[in-house]
Amino acid sequence: MKEKLINRFDWLTEADVVMSDGRLTIAVEPAKLREIARFIKECGYDFLVDIVGIDYGDDLGTIYYIAKGSDTADTIALQTKSDNRENPVLPTICDIWEVGQVYEREVHDFFGIVFTDNPDLRRLFLRERWKGFPLRKDYDADPAINPIPDRNELFIDMDALPEMESDEDGEGRTWKMMYDDNDYIINFGPQHPAMHGVLHLRVRLDGEIVRTVDPHFGYIHRGIEKMCESYTYPQILHLTDRLDYLSGAINRHAFCLCCEKAMQIEVPQRAVVVRTIFDELTRIASHLLGWGSMCMDMGAVTAFIYGMRDREKIMDIFEETAGGRLMVNYHTIGGVAKDIHPNFRRRVKEFIPYMRKMLKEHHMLFTGNPIATGRMDGVGRLSLEKAIALGITGPSGRASGWANDLRKAAPYAAYDRVDFEQVLRSGGETFDRYVIRLHEIEQSLRIIEQLIDNIPEGPYTAQVKGVIKLPEGDYFQRVENARGQFGVHITSRGDKNPYRVKFRSPSMVLVGALKEIAPGNKVADLIMLGGSLDYVIPCIDR
Amino acid sequence: MDMSRKTRIKDMRYEDFNDNEYLEKYVEELRRGGTNVVVAKINDIINWGRSNSVWPLTFATSCCGIEFMSMSAARYDFARFGWEVYRNSPRQADILMVFGTVVHKMAPVLKRLYDQMAEPKYVMAIGACAIGGGPFKSSYHVVMGVDKIIPVDVFVPGCPPRPDAILYGMMQLERKIKVQNFFKLPQQPEVKEEVPDIAKESYNHEREVNQ
Repeated sequence: MKEKLINRFDWLTEADVVMSDGRLTIAVEPAKLREIARFIKECGYDFLVDIVGIDYGDDLGTIYYIAKGSDTADTIALQTKSDNRENPVLPTICDIWEVGQVYEREVHDFFGIVFTDNPDLRRLFLRERWKGFPLRKDYDADPAINPIPDRNELFIDMDALPEMESDEDGEGRTWKMMYDDNDYIINFGPQHPAMHGVLHLRVRLDGEIVRTVDPHFGYIHRGIEKMCESYTYPQILHLTDRLDYLSGAINRHAFCLCCEKAMQIEVPQRAVVVRTIFDELTRIASHLLGWGSMCMDMGAVTAFIYGMRDREKIMDIFEETAGGRLMVNYHTIGGVAKDIHPNFRRRVKEFIPYMRKMLKEHHMLFTGNPIATGRMDGVGRLSLEKAIALGITGPSGRASGWANDLRKAAPYAAYDRVDFEQVLRSGGETFDRYVIRLHEIEQSLRIIEQLIDNIPEGPYTAQVKGVIKLPEGDYFQRVENARGQFGVHITSRGDKNPYRVKFRSPSMVLVGALKEIAPGNKVADLIMLGGSLDYVIPCIDR
Repeated sequence: MDMSRKTRIKDMRYEDFNDNEYLEKYVEELRRGGTNVVVAKINDIINWGRSNSVWPLTFATSCCGIEFMSMSAARYDFARFGWEVYRNSPRQADILMVFGTVVHKMAPVLKRLYDQMAEPKYVMAIGACAIGGGPFKSSYHVVMGVDKIIPVDVFVPGCPPRPDAILYGMMQLERKIKVQNFFKLPQQPEVKEEVPDIAKESYNHEREVNQ
């Protein structure tokens, strides 16, 4: 790939294209970005994993992580910088990778970078009236500048799009209305019982048919990425659990792996296996809840009660070993926090046959139910090309036939020594997304079954120094969480705090998929489609 | 006045509860003016009914909401206590349960929901975030405790609290309801909802400019 790039672009030098952190990293000027991005896409890199904005002090920059759709482990990093701090302008890449649109909005919100020709550059999380760009290093966090609003505000960005002028003063910003007076708009959320979290959807309706969906985030934006910059690495671990709380242990695993990779710590085999078992148990718990609440969205409350009943068994196992139910706080940098409880093996072994039996019951109760299948069949089709273009990873992407499981593509932890299947379906419809979660539970049980008797003896954690400092550089690590690829980007300058931390949320793009699949369906189906995508909002808002 | 009889919760002893002094002090305050015997009897009956059918309005923003779901599901089953009818409209709810972090963008929504609830109304702040910002204490966008926006009756600590802890918090609220005088309940001053002028003007202005 490196030769290909240098042969194609004569202005690229050897120094611009380097291997770092196991991937090809290309530094380009903003003017050349689009040219090289188009070429990279032609080479098969059609999955934009994430855009990371960084404040380098003098410059504001972005890093684009791009992977191959056919092999999601194969990634390339593109770096670009703008030296204008007052009015930073970068070219957009959202016509090359569709998902880039929402990522650019996020970078714009946090750093104030204007992406020329991005059609929708509203702030993503913060209010339009928010003063300052919080992730810049010179951001003034004085609460007097941005006080807590005590009354309801009208947000102009609810129904208007800004038209960005890329002139020098940057003030020439006008608004273009999104809807006309005859449109019927309903607000769905931010506090709605059928909404999984505090997502706000502005839905344009035509009778009962959904025409457009416009999601609004930020109702649970806690500024975790900014907080990380002032915390030490072990302190940050506690925040990772609270991103996607349903797969908390897996998120934490990603951060641990990223630090361990940077510090080159050898994790003891016992810890590796125990971590894998914990991850899989978390995945089962998450899928059970996702299944239960999706069924509840369609009116089957019994399914929810059944799902939660089985989930409690996993919570018991967690509680005995780690002390926590929902937030297990178990993985640490270098291993796990404590050795497993003497009952752990027995409990897990009892759980596996129990869960298999219950899965049959779940299928009998709901999967074969003619009312349920009647509602799910043929609704909300997401094609394979669209799934890749929108970056829909995880079970929802695999339901469209995209083999994107990182446990297979880039095995981490103990996944290279277990035998399991990557469940794929080809329909991409609601039923596929529904049933794939139940099939994944079976596979997770298989993984646990193979590992539970083979937990090696030995220490449960490596010797790690009291103060953890990462060597200078950029690190990016992804894991397969219950919703898709969860990524952690750390920029370290060698201090005990990271310089920049960015989390790649798999849920954010899932809401983007809702924009794609909901139009044309009924309002009631919108709720079901949200349930089938199974997004977690605090992971999006961070 | 026998407090332990008055605030009895089935299968729980009076001594098992924390914060009994708070309740005793509260009762003392309420009784300062003296109570009519007949009124007191009617009061007890009404409060018995009120305390056993507290309908919550759920305001679940993040992680604690999952523990609420556990609480409502098979094992913990809060229907046993008469609280299972959780309402999705503030007009029908008695208690606002705040689960999880409240951020700047959400704060007006929470305030508005509270204002829309009918008297008598109660608020429970559940989880470290709702109590005082919790792990997000150093954040720029988090409201450090919902008591900055609305008055709170019961705080349930934990990150997230176990379902048992939430049940215990609900029992404490039940006890508080039982000792209150229904005919002299504290009232929230009237709230007028108005669109802030500045926002309205700039909004309309922007609208006109673009048309």
